[in-house]
Amino acid sequence: MAFRNEDDKRAYWSENLALLAKLLVIWFIVSFGAGIIFVDILNEIQFFGFKLGFWFAQQGSIYVFVALIFVYMAKMNAMDKRYGVDEE
Amino acid sequence: MDVQMLTFIIVGASFALYIAIAIWARAGSTNDFYVAGGGVPPVMNGMATAADWMSAASFISMAGLISFMGYDGAVYLMGWTGGYVLLALCLAPYLRKFGKFTVPDFIGDRYYSQTARTVAVFCAIFVCFTYVAGQMRGVGVVFSRFLEVDIVAGVVIGMVIVFFYTVLGGMKGITYTQVAQYCVMIFAYIVPAVFISMMVTGHILPQTGFGATLADGSGMHMLQKLDNLSVELGFNEYTSGTKSTIDVFFITFALMVGTAGLPHVIVRFFTVPKVHDARKSAGYALAFIAILYTTAPSLAAFARVNMIETINGSEMTGTSYEEAPSWIKNWEQTGLIVFEDKNGDGKMFYSGDERNEMKVDRDIMVLANPEIANLPAWVIALVAAGGVAAALSTSAGLLLVISTSVSHDLLKRNFMPNITDKAELMYARLAAGVAIVIAGYFGINPPGFVAQVVAFAFGLAASSFFPAIIMGIFSKRMNDKGAIAGMVSGIAFTAAYIIYFKFVNPAANTPDNWWFGISPEGIGTLGMMVNFIVAFLVFKATDEAPEEIQELVESIRYPKGAGEASAH
Repeated sequence: MAFRNEDDKRAYWSENLALLAKLLVIWFIVSFGAGIIFVDILNEIQFFGFKLGFWFAQQGSIYVFVALIFVYMAKMNAMDKRYGVDEE
Repeated sequence: MDVQMLTFIIVGASFALYIAIAIWARAGSTNDFYVAGGGVPPVMNGMATAADWMSAASFISMAGLISFMGYDGAVYLMGWTGGYVLLALCLAPYLRKFGKFTVPDFIGDRYYSQTARTVAVFCAIFVCFTYVAGQMRGVGVVFSRFLEVDIVAGVVIGMVIVFFYTVLGGMKGITYTQVAQYCVMIFAYIVPAVFISMMVTGHILPQTGFGATLADGSGMHMLQKLDNLSVELGFNEYTSGTKSTIDVFFITFALMVGTAGLPHVIVRFFTVPKVHDARKSAGYALAFIAILYTTAPSLAAFARVNMIETINGSEMTGTSYEEAPSWIKNWEQTGLIVFEDKNGDGKMFYSGDERNEMKVDRDIMVLANPEIANLPAWVIALVAAGGVAAALSTSAGLLLVISTSVSHDLLKRNFMPNITDKAELMYARLAAGVAIVIAGYFGINPPGFVAQVVAFAFGLAASSFFPAIIMGIFSKRMNDKGAIAGMVSGIAFTAAYIIYFKFVNPAANTPDNWWFGISPEGIGTLGMMVNFIVAFLVFKATDEAPEEIQELVESIRYPKGAGEASAH
């Protein structure tokens, strides 16, 4: 087994799931939240010439998506090293 | 030099480049042919994935669609990018660690079942053929408009090029041509957008020009003007939509999940050397895609303002048909613009109410945009090359999945387990050749329902592959019976809903008749839920997955020990 012990294996997986949950909540909030469900409320706010809700739906959510993947990558790589399960 | 000559030169040069790459990157083994030897650097794989994903629909049609839909166009923008977050976080790294060639491979092995594998193979083949027919059509349209060759000749030229580098190079050839195609298409998309943004708002970046004030000194924001124009002409306000919130929600979700479940995208993550690289290349892929996807809505808005002003004149009283710009006459010949002088005043007028005298097909917006904005001839030629690159790169990726499904999943894993690597490679090439001929046939004789079946392909992927793969990774104990029952019921539900509203009773396809107000485009989301629920119930009533499968699942959850993708 690649892990040092059973506890490590469980801890690694639950840490991974916690990270996933956090990032997916952000994913949901910027797209389905700001871009769809609350779009009319946010549209009351002006943002660099855009209505804010409209901006999230057609621009902002995409930028956040890209950032989320890179954050996930960095955090997971660090975690793999910490648990000694990274690829040499 | 005229536009046509320039187009011949630029498109011809791009073809020469693709062929040169194909010869350089020949496939020597099934490993090369299926997953490019598993040695593609992550940045390159990111570009190839982006080109693979952005089809003729993204390049040619999307900005036009948004231009006519306004806010509602966000379903495509978010739907076709948000799926990559799911892919990068929940699928790609684990599937790379699993280390097989295809999606049916994963389903078959994880659920220890030939039935599951076969169901997956047929889903994959169906999804890919649906898509590829539309791509070949895209090639045909670009050729016939810009090179003024017959649509049949256009499709045949496209087929020959794809045949050459897919059959010769397999995944390896495709990957490196896709890298080149990405560069061609992104350049071709950005250049006119930057020109137009500079003209309309003075901003170099279309992304900021989108929200900027107009360069005509009026101090008005571009979007404000577009909203005013739209309301004045009897359309909806551009920045608010006409679809219901629940429908926008469900369509966006179905497109995201469908994206994450599409086999030709998933398979790209088998080509990188490590799990680490799979995560990284998903990030690069989305970044490269985002360049086009954040430009598209700006382009859509600019194009709409330009189009309305050209047709209606700056006074909004209409312009004389006699003096119509050449792009209107050019596209009238293709039947994609129709002018009918209803009030007999000899002037064109475009609006959303009874005053309207124009029919403008939304597919022409990107292709006609450089002409509408009076850009130089070489930009128009570049857009043609970009459109062809987008269609070819996606076709090649899809055809490869089809040929792999046949030679690997059906022949090697089902009928001829003892086949040698060399023979398998030969069958893969043969299958690719046959698939190209069939795709070309559909490109020349498109079934009337191509546009409708796109929703079908996403719904199908969302309601079948996505839940099966997610459960295969995140539940150790999910068993074969649960997964198969889930896939079959998810697909059956989604297909039945779409077939009913699109084919059996199209007249009933209105929000009043939809379940919970969900259109057929968004029903894949509900189909996905059906899949999860049925799988869970069946799983509860049957035995959990055997010990060795549970160990297999545990082993794909961490990166260490990921070898090359292999057949065994």
